[in-house]
Amino acid sequence: MVNLIIDGKNITAEKDTMLLEAARAAGIAIPSLCAHEAVSRSGACRLCVVEIKKGNRTIIVTSCLYGVEEGLVVNTKSDRVLNVRRLVMELLLARCPESEVLQKLAKELGVEPQPRFVADQDKGKCILCRSCVRVCEEVVGVSAIGLFARGSHKTVGTPYNEKSDACIGCGACAYVCPTGHIEMLTTGDKRKIWGRTFKMQTCDTCGRYFAPVDQLKYISKKTGVPLKELAICMDCR
Amino acid sequence: MTKASDIVVKTKQIVKKHGGDKSSLIAVLQDIQEAFNYLPKQALTTAAKTMNMPLSRVYEAATFYTAFSLKPRGENVVRICKGTACHVRGASALQDKFERTLGIKPGEMTPDGKFSLETVNCVGACALGPIVVINTEYHGQMTMNKVDKLIGKINEEGAQR
Amino acid sequence: MKEIPNIQARQVQDDLRINYGPNKKFITICAGTGCRAYGSLKVKEALEAEIKKQNMNVEVLATGCFGFCEKGPMVVVHPHKYFYHQVKVEDVPEIVSKTVANGEVISRLLYRHPDTKKTLFREEDLPFYKKQLRVVFGSNGMIDPTRIEDYLAIDGYQALGKALSEMTPEGVISEVKKAGLRGRGGGGFPTGVKWEGVRRAHGEPKYVIANGDEGDPGAYMDRSLMEGNPHSVIEGMIIGAYAVGAQDGYIYVRNEYPLAVMHLTMAIAAAREAGILGKNILGTDFSFDIHIKKGAGAFVCGESSALFASIEGRAGEPRAKYVHAVEKGLWDKPTVLNNVETWANVPLIINRGADWYASIGTEKSKGTKIFSLVGKIKNTGLIEVPMGTTLYEIIYDMGGGISNDRKFKAVQTGGPSGGCIPESLLDLPVDFDKLHEVGSMMGSGGMIVMDDRSCMVDVARYFLAFLQEESCGKCVPCREGIRRMSDILEDICAGKGKEGDIDLLENMSQAIIDGSLCALGGSAPNPVLSTIKYFREEYDAHIKDHRCPAGVCKALITYTIDPEKCTGCGLCIKVCPTQATSGEKKKPHTIDNDKCIRCGACIESCKFDAINVE
Repeated sequence: MVNLIIDGKNITAEKDTMLLEAARAAGIAIPSLCAHEAVSRSGACRLCVVEIKKGNRTIIVTSCLYGVEEGLVVNTKSDRVLNVRRLVMELLLARCPESEVLQKLAKELGVEPQPRFVADQDKGKCILCRSCVRVCEEVVGVSAIGLFARGSHKTVGTPYNEKSDACIGCGACAYVCPTGHIEMLTTGDKRKIWGRTFKMQTCDTCGRYFAPVDQLKYISKKTGVPLKELAICMDCR
Repeated sequence: MTKASDIVVKTKQIVKKHGGDKSSLIAVLQDIQEAFNYLPKQALTTAAKTMNMPLSRVYEAATFYTAFSLKPRGENVVRICKGTACHVRGASALQDKFERTLGIKPGEMTPDGKFSLETVNCVGACALGPIVVINTEYHGQMTMNKVDKLIGKINEEGAQR
Repeated sequence: MKEIPNIQARQVQDDLRINYGPNKKFITICAGTGCRAYGSLKVKEALEAEIKKQNMNVEVLATGCFGFCEKGPMVVVHPHKYFYHQVKVEDVPEIVSKTVANGEVISRLLYRHPDTKKTLFREEDLPFYKKQLRVVFGSNGMIDPTRIEDYLAIDGYQALGKALSEMTPEGVISEVKKAGLRGRGGGGFPTGVKWEGVRRAHGEPKYVIANGDEGDPGAYMDRSLMEGNPHSVIEGMIIGAYAVGAQDGYIYVRNEYPLAVMHLTMAIAAAREAGILGKNILGTDFSFDIHIKKGAGAFVCGESSALFASIEGRAGEPRAKYVHAVEKGLWDKPTVLNNVETWANVPLIINRGADWYASIGTEKSKGTKIFSLVGKIKNTGLIEVPMGTTLYEIIYDMGGGISNDRKFKAVQTGGPSGGCIPESLLDLPVDFDKLHEVGSMMGSGGMIVMDDRSCMVDVARYFLAFLQEESCGKCVPCREGIRRMSDILEDICAGKGKEGDIDLLENMSQAIIDGSLCALGGSAPNPVLSTIKYFREEYDAHIKDHRCPAGVCKALITYTIDPEKCTGCGLCIKVCPTQATSGEKKKPHTIDNDKCIRCGACIESCKFDAINVE
């Protein structure tokens, strides 16, 4: 176990715990957008920054990726930290003016849109947190989407913005997206996502449409379980 | 236009030359661009398959690095240096002049396929700034008056080395 | 001189001493990328042809960069060491008949001192070279970089022999620590301490890497070293690998340096053949090999974790995790990443000793530094000086002062991560800490000199536009923050600046410095902050008065023709792309400001200096 101080509180945490989890477990709120329990840490949004004191230096680090250390002194609301969080929210509000999630978070943090930043109209609700790409790569394993180009031209999508053969229509990306940017429309026996239309499979037991046929085919290939045995929805199992 | 099958064959050769290792991706892309003057889609899909990598990862690298072009480029690739030393010596005005003379913006190609325009962030020949590199030829101490002469010369004599 | 086992080095050195002895006739001509662009290879061919024609037996050596890039092509005729500059193919027959044959000097090809007007004969007499201490860079002019024998002849690989036969790895590290060598890429981190960290780290295999990305625009020292003396870098790396226990090394070279890639490739092949790279180096049980990796146009790949990602075949995005390269670098293994110039200093330290090295420079910054002196300066080129030399000495004594004798305004150091230094600080001794104290940094060594016709707001705008293009795009403060700062600066330069913009820029800057994932974002606000600090009046003029005092920002200036100077020659009418100029022959012309796009074509063409910028 490791002993440290967060916002003046004495905290004990297990080795290898990140500061973000250690603080939240002690009831200290730290905002974050790009950290999702299903995938590895990205460190992209920078909202979860905290100020730490090591010896006689203070540095700003992202709490999602900095592990607890014996004797560490952490401040989750210093001026420098609040300054960073404020700017990040102002920048995201300007980038995705239509996102209700961001508007709500900004209100919670007491941040108003910065009038000097002209709002973008072409970025949708994507904050480039990379959660969708990581879930597709790490959990699903097909890497159908990626983050392409760099800098302010960076976008998420399928190669060439065309239908991806690798996509199985599982919707994991839409599930982890913090702002709901990814459009997935499931109506009846069809699901539309990333420009492709997937045929949905009916459950042998209850008859509901529950997953794309392609997704089940993929699972079957990966696990060796025959497709027929996979045609039962989660509720009926 | 290169045949699709030729692209596939050549790409497979290139991948093999670098041992098929995933870490050689950038070197593979460089050789593909050397062979076709850009990165054809067929080459990227072949590379992904042959190197056992998702296409998204190949496409991520291809679009991240500005040395690569996903669109065909002209016979003469005109690269204007936008390094600080060249900027201070008037590279901006020079870029405008090239854009006006060729009628294209950086990243584009003239309709006759003769010229492409690109900017590059420092070629390391700062004493000769402002400098323009066309294919492998360095043209230093560029002025607006020299631009017309240079373009005219290329149009007459054909592609630079 | 120690005998190096397993190569016939002594024999080669003896032969070469005969070849390059004090009375031997030979010619060196600079063949770096810059001089090649001047046509130096054609001059070399002409020299060889003429020598053959005149039945002489004199070798012409295409060497590495001499450094005095303003005056290329440069030719030095040995043994007299007469230094000829701006040599043309037409000069060649005379050079061969007079200087090579009879030792007769050709006055017009000699450098003339700008003040005394005296002609100067040798390199060491030139003001550009006089105060330099070219211990690392000087060898460039003496060797053909494509021949390992030339490197051996100037005591190359002696340091390696000494390290392998007389020193332990810990001993090498100790010597480098004692010398006080600090990273020459910009970080200034103590090299010996870094090597010690990797030696002690757990994890196999270990790697050593040379960072040849040299992304700072205006800096080309590493290019000249890699092109002109590749073996010095290789030798440094082998010694370093021995010290930390690495078996494999990489040299990451910027894509825009094809000649450097070629010379490094040749040098590595030659070293392998000579038993200096590969298995059992020089007959010991130490094995090490080097591979070259080319960049692909990404400034961010100069950052260590982005560089590792690039070598690993991925997009060059820096790593967000808080772990040092020394523990987990390339492929998460302990890695030494040092700049090319840092590596080139290592053989020097081993050969001449840490005490000698530490006797050069200042208290905390030892040794020399190679700087690229570019921009509005008379003597553009590469200089190598002891740390602690003042900016004044560099810009005026060596640089010759501002081109066209205009007024000095500022010198930008440290590239896009650095800052501008104004006239009031010209007496500043250049070293890592002093530059940091005034709000700039040494960076890789680029020094961009600016005059009264450079707009400092435009300079800040330029750097932000550059960084916006080069940002990897992963983290919000850099990707979005730099973009927004850049937009504000574009507004200011277009006359659309608003009251409060400077405060906003300063506020944003601190958050971007603190919040960015890597040093690209973390140092991006520096050029803005330093220009605001020293040139606030210029910002105010742009925002409040809609004026650009330096006459640069197109939206804020007008071109007018001085009727006293204009002869009505019509040249400006010919070159104007928007037909904004008009006038009758032999009568003063005028410019219609509504049509004028301030492209500058007329100013460039006018032979009478009749066009004013306001």
